[in-house]
Amino acid sequence: MDRRNFLRAVALAGGAVAIASTKGAMDVMAQKVTNPQTGNTVDLVAVMGGEPDEMFKRGIAEMGGLSKFIKPDQKVTIKPNIGWDRTPELAGNTNPKLIAEIVRECFAAGAKEVTIFDHTCHEWTNCYKNSGIESAAKSAGAKVIPAHEESYYRNISLPHGKELKNAKIHEAILNCDVWINVPILKNHGGANMTISMKNHMGIVWDREIFHQKDLQQCIADICSLDKKPVLNVVDAYRVMKDNGPQGKSIADVVTPKGLFISQDIVAVDTAATKFFNQIREMPLDHVGHLSNGQALHLGTMDLDKLNIKRIKI
Amino acid sequence: MLKKIRVGIAVVVLALITFFFLDFAGILPSGFNWLAKIQLVPALLSLNILVLLALVVTTFLFGRIYCSVICPLGIFQDLVGRISKLFRRKKKRYRYHKAQNILRWSVLILVVVSFLLGFNLLLGLLDPYSAYGRIVTTLFKPAYLAGNNLLESIFTSFNSYTFYKMDIAIRGLFVLIVGAVTFLAVGFLAWKYGRLYCNTICPVGTLLGFLSRFSFFKIRFDASSCNQCGLCELKCKGLCLDSKEQTIDYCRCVTCFNCMESCRHGALKYAPFTSSKKENTIIVSEPVDDGKRKFLSTLVVTSLTIPAVYAQKKTGIASDVKPFGRNTPLTPPGSISAENLLQHCTSCQLCISKCPTNVLKPAFLEYGLSGMMQPVMSFDKGFCNFNCTVCSNTCPNGAIKPLTVEEKHRTQVGRVVFIKENCIVTNRERSCGACSEHCPTQAVSMVPYKGWITIPSVNPDICIGCGGCEFVCPAPEKAIYVEGNKVHQLAKIVAEEEKEEKEVDGFGF
Repeated sequence: MDRRNFLRAVALAGGAVAIASTKGAMDVMAQKVTNPQTGNTVDLVAVMGGEPDEMFKRGIAEMGGLSKFIKPDQKVTIKPNIGWDRTPELAGNTNPKLIAEIVRECFAAGAKEVTIFDHTCHEWTNCYKNSGIESAAKSAGAKVIPAHEESYYRNISLPHGKELKNAKIHEAILNCDVWINVPILKNHGGANMTISMKNHMGIVWDREIFHQKDLQQCIADICSLDKKPVLNVVDAYRVMKDNGPQGKSIADVVTPKGLFISQDIVAVDTAATKFFNQIREMPLDHVGHLSNGQALHLGTMDLDKLNIKRIKI
Repeated sequence: MLKKIRVGIAVVVLALITFFFLDFAGILPSGFNWLAKIQLVPALLSLNILVLLALVVTTFLFGRIYCSVICPLGIFQDLVGRISKLFRRKKKRYRYHKAQNILRWSVLILVVVSFLLGFNLLLGLLDPYSAYGRIVTTLFKPAYLAGNNLLESIFTSFNSYTFYKMDIAIRGLFVLIVGAVTFLAVGFLAWKYGRLYCNTICPVGTLLGFLSRFSFFKIRFDASSCNQCGLCELKCKGLCLDSKEQTIDYCRCVTCFNCMESCRHGALKYAPFTSSKKENTIIVSEPVDDGKRKFLSTLVVTSLTIPAVYAQKKTGIASDVKPFGRNTPLTPPGSISAENLLQHCTSCQLCISKCPTNVLKPAFLEYGLSGMMQPVMSFDKGFCNFNCTVCSNTCPNGAIKPLTVEEKHRTQVGRVVFIKENCIVTNRERSCGACSEHCPTQAVSMVPYKGWITIPSVNPDICIGCGGCEFVCPAPEKAIYVEGNKVHQLAKIVAEEEKEEKEVDGFGF
């Protein structure tokens, strides 16, 4: 590199940093404007009618901005559902646009690094690639890491679990400062629904035992781990109504364009189930892990007690 | 010059084909299986007329070019010979040996006859391409993966995820033994005697040797320039050049050009004709070296009997581990039937090495003696992914025919069987659904059982036999498995429901 090119690069980099920092500062100010926190905190935000990234922007602003949940220089892990070798249209995996937007917001909130992984069901490289999540997340600056070998996992105990007393959890969850749970709303043959709570099975290595013991209880048990997600973001832009969680064809998919954000994992899954119930009948008592989760004090199914913000775009 | 070109091409071919076998990350695109397709036996079995014609014409024109720059086992032997030079104080010297014509023709005839009788194992064992494939997959690949894992642990400790870990699993003990024996036997011969394997055992070598007798271009002596120094003979790794008689046994010459390179008088020429008198051909009726012949025949016999003995030993074990009684083994999608597989496969292990989910493994006796080491589906490590067509688009032999993703989606290699008595749902009255979760066609779907608990219900007609259900079934004794189809069938499709867009106006809460 000659001197001229070097100087040019330095100038460009400097400019980029300057722009990035102004944008961050503006975002912080913008949050204060859109969400005056008048002591009355928002427990759950439900958004409808926009594109995934747009809905997240609106929703997280209502929650007080992502910087309320992520402190500067923290290591953040995002856990989407990337379980299947499926394209985004088939709604088997979390929407890549949503993931990219969350990654960007994490960096805007000052995150030092953002890591993404899932313990997939299909061959993992194809899932990462064809879901569109790998490329979307990488281009937003995140690190996409493997989870297909046992050595990436460490055993932890679950003192509050009823059936499940310990589990092997991916290091990306154990080593990060905060993690964000980003499932997609789907029907599930065994658990009836798969949302935020069921998405925890993707941070676990030894899942067989879940099915052997009692699936609905084990899902609640794994959510009782000490390091809970700092946010649950449910992608309901496309929803798999039948034949979940893998789905057969595009006929299984509807596009109600929804998004739900909450720290309360039981509440957000209850809300998402009620939303799903409009597409296909799904009484809450069919989704056993919700009441099991409530019994473990992981959250509440009583949405009336919560301060819910509903936004239609 | 000719030698340099030969070495250059050979190094590239060997490096590429070896890497193609090792490459698990898809760095070389699947189209690189042309390296396997241009091999003689695969081309013969897949009736690839174009390749066969090209190989025959090349041999008629230039001699055994195939053996020196295309055949990976041949190039591998040159490499071993080259390495052996590094470990020698004295310069490496070859000496002219008489042709082992009875032995080599017996082997060829035995291979052809056994193949025509439907016993493919011998061809598979001796085909140089397949033999090399087994050496790479059983010996080199574990080393390659271990190297990858070492790099992975170094890079990951620096927080870089350029590499990812790979499971180093021995997929078949028998194939490992065959690979190791081949490596040692061929390696030993190459270390000591150059291309002796190619000229005494290899059926492809014998066949091409026969053709190359009549080849147009040959290395020819120019008697007027030759001062009989004998240097060329010392360099001849085919052991086919007799410097005293100034003759070359063309059916054993692998056109390595070493002799020409060594000659300081330009007495050897690669030319269509020599002006000088008659052709130098060799007379076979010479005194026979009995010791060597015995050694070689013992080698062949032992290398054939050891696997057979081993096979018998293993039968006993195989018979008492039959977990849920699959009666018909599952052949890879695209292979049509076990019969087709048996006829075409030479167990080079390429498909097994390429299978991204470790579903394919070398058969032991699932297909009988003749089908040993051929690919069979097994769901102990993974299941066949719905959108994957890797094995079918890799096979050079036509044993696994190419499938498009759409064809793969409908290729039924087996049919699902549900054993209700073993199921978690019936035994514990708890939700499970792992099988249905993994079913791409919903041949296993969950239907109401008691209250909100659901139970699997199977529709074998739409099953493709991918084994997702069998792999994932968490029951102590599998409650669901795939029974193989003798001949692959076309899976039915349930009439596609109309996609209806449900209007959702409110949040529902």
